[in-house]
Amino acid sequence: MAVLTEEQTMLRDMAREWADNESPVTAFRKMRDAAPAAFYDAAAWQAQGEMGWAGILVPEARGGAGMGYLSLGLVLEQLGRTLAATPLAATAAATSALILGGSEAQQAEWLPRIAAGDVVAALATDEGPRFAPDKIATIVEGGKLSGTKEFVAEGDSAHLFVVAATDGLYLVSGDEGVTRSPRKLTDSRSHAQIRFDGAPAEKLEGGTDLLTQVTDRAAAALCAEMLGMAEAAFAQTNDYLKTRVQFGQVLASFQALQHRMAKMFTELELMRSVVEGALEAIDSGRANVSQEVSLAKAVSGETLHLVSREMVQLHGGIGMTDEHDAGFTLKRARVLEAMWGNAAWHRERFAQLNGY
Amino acid sequence: MATAPEIDAPTDPLEGFRAHAREWLGAHFPPSLKGKDNAMSAVEGPHENSSEEDAWQAAMGEKGWGVPTWPKEYGGGGLSRAEARVLQEEMARIGAWNPIGGMGVMMFGPTLLEYGSEEQKREHIPAIAKGTVRWCQGYSEPGAGSDLASLQCFAEDRGDHYVVNGQKTWTSGGQWADKCFMLVRTDKTKKHEGITFVLCDMDTPGVEVKPIRLISGSSPFCETFFTDVKVPKANRVGQEGEGWTIGKRLLQHERSSLSGGGSTAGRMFSGAPLGQLAKKYVGVDEQGRIADADLRGRIVRHDMDMRAFMLTLRRASLEAKSNQGPSAATSIMKNVGARIMQERSELLIEIRGLAGLGWEGEGFEADALKDVRSWLFGKAVSIYGGSSEIQNNVIAKRILGMLDHQ
Ligand SMILES: Cc1cc2nc3c(=O)[nH]c(=O)nc-3n(C[C@H](O)[C@H](O)[C@H](O)COP(=O)(O)OP(=O)(O)OC[C@H]3O[C@@H](n4cnc5c(N)ncnc54)[C@H](O)[C@@H]3O)c2cc1C
Repeated sequence: MAVLTEEQTMLRDMAREWADNESPVTAFRKMRDAAPAAFYDAAAWQAQGEMGWAGILVPEARGGAGMGYLSLGLVLEQLGRTLAATPLAATAAATSALILGGSEAQQAEWLPRIAAGDVVAALATDEGPRFAPDKIATIVEGGKLSGTKEFVAEGDSAHLFVVAATDGLYLVSGDEGVTRSPRKLTDSRSHAQIRFDGAPAEKLEGGTDLLTQVTDRAAAALCAEMLGMAEAAFAQTNDYLKTRVQFGQVLASFQALQHRMAKMFTELELMRSVVEGALEAIDSGRANVSQEVSLAKAVSGETLHLVSREMVQLHGGIGMTDEHDAGFTLKRARVLEAMWGNAAWHRERFAQLNGY
Repeated sequence: MATAPEIDAPTDPLEGFRAHAREWLGAHFPPSLKGKDNAMSAVEGPHENSSEEDAWQAAMGEKGWGVPTWPKEYGGGGLSRAEARVLQEEMARIGAWNPIGGMGVMMFGPTLLEYGSEEQKREHIPAIAKGTVRWCQGYSEPGAGSDLASLQCFAEDRGDHYVVNGQKTWTSGGQWADKCFMLVRTDKTKKHEGITFVLCDMDTPGVEVKPIRLISGSSPFCETFFTDVKVPKANRVGQEGEGWTIGKRLLQHERSSLSGGGSTAGRMFSGAPLGQLAKKYVGVDEQGRIADADLRGRIVRHDMDMRAFMLTLRRASLEAKSNQGPSAATSIMKNVGARIMQERSELLIEIRGLAGLGWEGEGFEADALKDVRSWLFGKAVSIYGGSSEIQNNVIAKRILGMLDHQ
C-alpha cells in the first residue's frame, strides 16, 4: 500500500465502508436487472456527489478537494471491489482534460458543477472498437464538430463530452447535433455510440499531446478499479475454498489449489505496486507518466483476467451461474482491459517508449 | 476438409463404401442445410427444426449413420471405424453434419451397450440412434461435484421398484429431456459400493426441474428435485451397488467426447481463422502482417498448440487402434482441449476490441455476439465432465504413480 496521508486514509476507509454497506454487488445486480436508460445507479452517483468524490481532482478554488489521482484511485479501487455502477471514472477522465487544457472561463463554467456531482462527463475518443488515438477523423469547422465516436463510456447520459478531433480536444455540451445510440456490452454498463453532426464545440488548449495525457489518466483510473475488482474476486475465492467441502476436506486443503492462490496473491501484489506507481507518477508530474501507465495497464489486464478466470474455475459449477458474482467480474474485466488500450497495446507502447 | 476421390487406389476395400456414402448423402442431404449445423444448440437448447432439418434427421436416423459404429440390430450404422471415418470425410466434403447427438449418443448409449440388459438395449438404443429421445445426466448434487461418490440422492428398495428422494443439480438439458440416467445411493453404509445406476422418466410424478441461468445468459441446465419418485427395478442398469463402476465408465465416454474425440472440439475450432479476423480488425503492417505484433505472436502460439493437439488426437487414435487399448495420450486430451478452446475464445474477443464484447442489441455482428456467449459458456469445459484439476489428479496418481497427499 502506498504511504497515505491522514486525509487519504480517511477517504479510503470511508469509500470502503460506503461501498460495502451502501453499494454492494447486489446493488449492481439490481441496476443491471432494472436496466435504466443511463446504465448507472443514479442514487449511488448522487451519494458520491454529496460525499465530494466527483470533485477529488477538481482544485479547491473551483469547489473541489484537489487531492489528485492517488486519492481518486483509492476511491475507484473500493468501488471496483463491489462493482459500483456510477460514472465517476468517466467523469474524472473528462475532468482531467478540463484541468489540463481548459481556459479560465471553461474551468469556471464546468469544474464547480462537476465537483458538486451535477454533471456526468465523458471522454469520447475512439472511432472504432479498438483504442487507436492515432486514427481520429473527427473534424471541427467554424466551431462545429462532426464525427462518430464508438463505445463512449457513460455516453448514454453525459451532459458534457470531451471529444478528440484531428487537431486536439473539444468540449461539446448539450444535445444540439448529438445523436446517442446505446451499445450493450457484457458488463451491463453504458457504452454508447455518439454521432456528432455539426455540434457546437469549444477547443481546449493543447494539441494531440493533451489527448495522450488525458487517456493516460483515464487508463490509470481504470487500473485502480481493476485492482479493486481483482482484490475482491481473489478474497471471495479464497473464502470459498475455505468453506467448500469435497472428499471430506475443505478445498483449501488441496495443495494444487493453495499454490494457485499463492500465485494469484503474488501477482496481485505486483499489480498494486504498478497501479499505485502510475497514479503517483501523475500526481508528482513525472516525465515518464506514459511508461508507468502502460506498465500498470498491461499488468492490470493480465492479472485481472487471471483472477477472474480462476474465480469461475475454482467455484466450479456455481461460478458458472448468473446468480453468482463471478460472472460479473469476468465480463467487466474484459471490457476494462479493452478500454484505453489493452495489454498488448500498452506493451507495444512500453517497448517504443524504451526504444526497443 | 475436401478429400479427392482416391482413383489411384481402385482396390481400396473402402472405395465401394465411399461411393455408396457419397451417393446416399447426395440423395438425402439438402444442400440448403450446408454448414448450418447449430453448434450452439448445446448451449441454448433445442431449436425449432425446419421441415428440411426434420427430414435430414429422419433419414440419418433411419440409416443409423448418426451413430455409425453402433450395432445395426439396435439401429446403429454397423460401420467399421474406417468406414465411419470415410463417412465423416464424405459429409465434410459437402458441408453435411450429424443431426443426431446429445448425451444419449455421447455417453449413455455406449455405456448401455456395454452394461445394459438385452431388453434395455432394445428399448433405448434405437430411439437414441434416431434422435427421438433426449437424455440427461443426473450425477451431480449440491454437495457432490468433484467428489461425486459422496452423493446422497437415495433410492429405497420397495420390492419391484425403488422410491427416489433427493436433489440433483447442474442437470444439463433437464428441462428438455425425456429421460435421465442417474446415480443414486442404495446403501448409506458404504461410499462407492452403495451407488446404483438407474434410468428415470422425466415425466414420472415427483420429478421437478428448475432451470438455472448461466453467466452466458442462457439456462441450459437445472436443479432437479426427486420427491417419492417411483423407478421400476427393470430400469436399473447392472446390479445394485455396481453403479460407481458403470457411472465411471460413462464418464470416460464423456471425457473422450469432450476432448475432441467426438465432434465437439471440431465444431468449436471451426469458424473464421483467427489470423484473418485479426487482419480485418487490427489491420496489417507494410509487409501485410497483423499490425499488432504481440497479438500476432499469441495467435501463432495458439495455432501451434491447436496443431499439436490435433496431431496428438490422431496419434492417440492410431495407437489405440494398433494396441487395442487407450493410449496414454488420451488422459491429457480433455484438459488440453479445454485450454485451447478457452484461449481461442479469448483471442476472438480480444481481436474485435469492444465490438467483441457485445451482449445484445444494435451495433454488433451476429458472429461476434455468438462468440461472446460461447466464450462465457466455454468457461464450463474445464469444470464439467471432470474438472481440469481432477483430471490432473488422475494423471498424477494413476498414470505417473504419484501419491495422494492425504
Ligand atoms: C455447464 C455445466 C454443465 C453440467 N452438466 C452436468 C450434467 O448434465 N449432469 C451432471 O450430473 N453434472 C453436470 N455438471 C456438473 C459438473 O460435473 C460439476 O460442476 C463438476 O463435477 C465440479 O463439481 P462442483 O461444481 O461441485 O465443483 P467442486 O467439486 O466444488 O470444485 C470446485 C473447484 O475445486 C476443484 N477441486 C475439487 N476437488 C479437488 C481436488 N481434490 N484437488 C484439486 N482441486 C479440486 C475443482 O476442480 C474446482 O475447480 C455440469 C456443470 C456445468 C458447469
